[in-house]
Amino acid sequence: MSAAADAHHDDHHGSGYGWKRWLYTTNHKDIGTLYLWFAFVMFIIGGIMALIIRAELWTPGMQITDPQFFNSMTTMHALVMIFGVVMPGFVGLANWMVPMMVGGPDMAMPRMNNWSFWILPFGFGILLSTLFMEGGAPAAGWTIYPPLSLQGGDHVPFMIFAIHILGVSSVMGAINIIATILNLRAPGMTLMKMPLFVWTWLITAYLLIAVMPVLAGAVTMLLTDRFFDTSFFSAAGGGDPVMFQHIFWFFGHPEVYILILPAFGIVSSIIPTFARKHLFGYSSMVYATASIAFLSFIVWAHHMFTVGMPLAGELFFMFSTMLIAVPTGVKVFNWVATLWKGSMTFETPMLFALGFIIMFTIGGFSGLMLAITPVDFQYHDTYFVVAHFHYVLVPGAIYSIIAAVYFWIPKWTGHMYDETLGKWHFWLSTIFVNVLFFPMHFVGLAGMPRRIPDYALQFVDFNQIATIGAFGFGFSQLIFLYLVVKCIKGGEKATDRVWEGAHGLEWTLSSPPPYHSFSTPPEVKAEHHI
Amino acid sequence: MKAFTKPAAALVAALFTLAGAADAAWELNMPVGVTKISETVYDLHMLILWICVVIGIVVFGAIIYSVIYHRKSRGAVAAEFHESTAVEIAWTVVPFVILVGMAVPAAKTLVEMEQTGDSDMTLKVTGYQWKWQYEYLDDGVTFFSTLATPREQIYGETEKGENYLLEVDKHVVLPVGKKVRILLTSNDVIHAWWVPDLAVKKDAIPGFINEMWTRIEEPGIYRGQCAELCGRDHGFMPIVVEAVPEDEYKAWVQRMKGATAEASDEGMREWSNAELIARGKDVYASSCAACHQPNGQGMAPAFPAIAGSPVATGPAEAHLALVLNGKPGTSMQAFAAQLSDADLAAVVTFQRNSFGNASGDAVQPAQVAAARN
Ligand code: HEC
Ligand SMILES: [Cu+2]
Ligand SMILES: [Cu+2]
Repeated sequence: MSAAADAHHDDHHGSGYGWKRWLYTTNHKDIGTLYLWFAFVMFIIGGIMALIIRAELWTPGMQITDPQFFNSMTTMHALVMIFGVVMPGFVGLANWMVPMMVGGPDMAMPRMNNWSFWILPFGFGILLSTLFMEGGAPAAGWTIYPPLSLQGGDHVPFMIFAIHILGVSSVMGAINIIATILNLRAPGMTLMKMPLFVWTWLITAYLLIAVMPVLAGAVTMLLTDRFFDTSFFSAAGGGDPVMFQHIFWFFGHPEVYILILPAFGIVSSIIPTFARKHLFGYSSMVYATASIAFLSFIVWAHHMFTVGMPLAGELFFMFSTMLIAVPTGVKVFNWVATLWKGSMTFETPMLFALGFIIMFTIGGFSGLMLAITPVDFQYHDTYFVVAHFHYVLVPGAIYSIIAAVYFWIPKWTGHMYDETLGKWHFWLSTIFVNVLFFPMHFVGLAGMPRRIPDYALQFVDFNQIATIGAFGFGFSQLIFLYLVVKCIKGGEKATDRVWEGAHGLEWTLSSPPPYHSFSTPPEVKAEHHI
Repeated sequence: MKAFTKPAAALVAALFTLAGAADAAWELNMPVGVTKISETVYDLHMLILWICVVIGIVVFGAIIYSVIYHRKSRGAVAAEFHESTAVEIAWTVVPFVILVGMAVPAAKTLVEMEQTGDSDMTLKVTGYQWKWQYEYLDDGVTFFSTLATPREQIYGETEKGENYLLEVDKHVVLPVGKKVRILLTSNDVIHAWWVPDLAVKKDAIPGFINEMWTRIEEPGIYRGQCAELCGRDHGFMPIVVEAVPEDEYKAWVQRMKGATAEASDEGMREWSNAELIARGKDVYASSCAACHQPNGQGMAPAFPAIAGSPVATGPAEAHLALVLNGKPGTSMQAFAAQLSDADLAAVVTFQRNSFGNASGDAVQPAQVAAARN
């Protein structure tokens, strides 16, 4: 990624050298790189928290944590992974790729782009500082349900302001991405010719703008409940604690699609490249993404079936949730049809993309099971749910980000990565991620609640397997770090096209690309989308 | 060094448990349970699971097939097709039809679960941090039920019992074959009352009352846990339901009523300091130690120490008043409704004369009764 710096020397009109270059940069590639490194650092921090959790759960009894600290770990792990890893990871990829894919010179609003990145470390600085405060870090779960979240100590206002900052950053990033896509497309690049990564990001950006303010509103109400004597969520003052959950999940469900739609776009770029075949059903992919985005606004209460809704409400949310399986199924079937009768090779990005399709689908199946309300009463708040969302987020969202890095890093750095190491990374990750998360289905079904620091004796075996998987998966990621650093430093020279089956504007640029991607708009031929 | 040997010993011990894996373990699936509803729920779960398995076999089968046969190294040449409206329509409509097939029985079960009417009795459950209160509204029985697993087991100082973390001091006794309406609410934060064998789970929400019902078909002991994160000891507030034939249930109700009468007799007489401290020690362990800690040191800053506390070493009236009424806005709850006069007198006396506190005075049950009014 510092190779981008080399590229930048021949055409230098950026802002300074050393740290100043990174602090003042308004270049989409530099900012993309910052986002991606930020996401990686957070991945390590969130991962350490996960390993603390898994170490405590190695065996029944309290071993290494205090229950309160354990709750802080589950809470912070989630906040860090969602807001610090997956979201910035995707934004980093959008920064790098969207201008190059639509044939623009840079992002539409470069100075705002700088801001949206640079407030992130401050937001996370505030959030992580709560770990060292009296009373510890937030411990009410990432869903911060009141009244529990209001019992917190000094961390409460810090957590809320951190969430505000992260929200502002996301909304600014989203506005920028929308402006770039709508305004900077090369002549001839109609909407229905855009690569799917661009499409999915366009829709994701609208989701972000729609729901981040909702979260900001919800946490602000928590703030005033706590410090200014309002009673939005306190029944004693005429408020309603369940109202918080409705507002939270009105943000939260679209949020889970924010965490997965860009992944769909990435996989839809990688699969055709290595199958050397056009993406099957391009337009149905676009419509499916749009339907998923629409449905995401009318299913929120499936996260809270046990709060005691009226029957009509439960039925509505059950049916609407089941409906999501239809467009999601269309996507998976389209990918399979793309593979079918292709001419496949299995470079690392392809391996991660295939892993994504299979394991994301497993997460989709458990999601469908969870939609069945009467059965959800049994699944809800157990490890079955933990297994479900980790399948869609780890071998789902995280795998797509990893796949994207492998896919585009030769373009970014001008060097090929080490394929052997890449394959090791894939196979170790894939074995361990299943060792880690698959047994959680079993303990969940057998009755183990989530978010508990200690458990009954019958759950011990599967928990130990999961813990082994966790450490294996965690340490396998060091291969990735090593490989990326090695690739930045040097390696076999990458061609412009990089992959034999690659199509799209980004591959027409040199590897690494010039500092300003397309100074003159390229011409888009009929069949550019893929 | 000690900090290291303890986890190391735990690790070795754990490896042994893993090696000699108990047969009760390796539980893979949802329990069928002991109510009609739980059986229906189990069937629905298996139905949707098998549907997913079949779709999974088809989809993953197709992927594996093409990964094997449509690879470049085998000389596969990519086909040209990339669209087919007919196929797209087919794989939109077929899943939709399957979903409708799934939705119908699910909706039926849901409707049945919501029929809380014409019940034979009502049990009111109130969540507290971190215990459950049970009120039998028709039979006038009320009690708290707290975790019975000793601390020593949790912290690895003694061997763990068979029902580790799933045992309580007082079981919820229910008659078999009767439709029990369960009302749920909470005193502090949101909890959720869940017993897998009964397939009932619902949130207990402060200020609101939720409803559900169950009819247990088989006598037995069924264990569950709080399912909604409710703070520090969320993992330590289990539920134990004991289903018994109706006549046994009736006898149990009589016994519980007798115990309540006894408690009010206790409240009448004068107690010696030693008696109060001995009783107070038990009350402290079950009702206070979760926050103030068994050694009275509390957990700064959330829970203050009792040792050397200005309240516990100050005037007895103020100390008693705090325990009776709690401190609104903190997790220090009002114990007036939770403990009997004798228990309250005992625990206050105990706190004033333990952990290095040496006020030397005692609070009598009669004083508690007076303070209540
Ligand atoms: C759920 C946690 C919890 C439990 C259980 C609990 N307390 Fe407390 N207690 C607190 C908190 C929090 C405070 C501090 C309240 C404040 O901010 O003044 C407190 C304060 C006190 C104090 C005053 C200490 C001081 O120096 O300010 C006394 C005395 C006390 N509790 C007695 C008891 C007794 C007796 C019991 C058991 C019958 C009990 N508590 C159970 C949380 C708890
Ligand atoms: Cu959702
Ligand atoms: Cu709980």
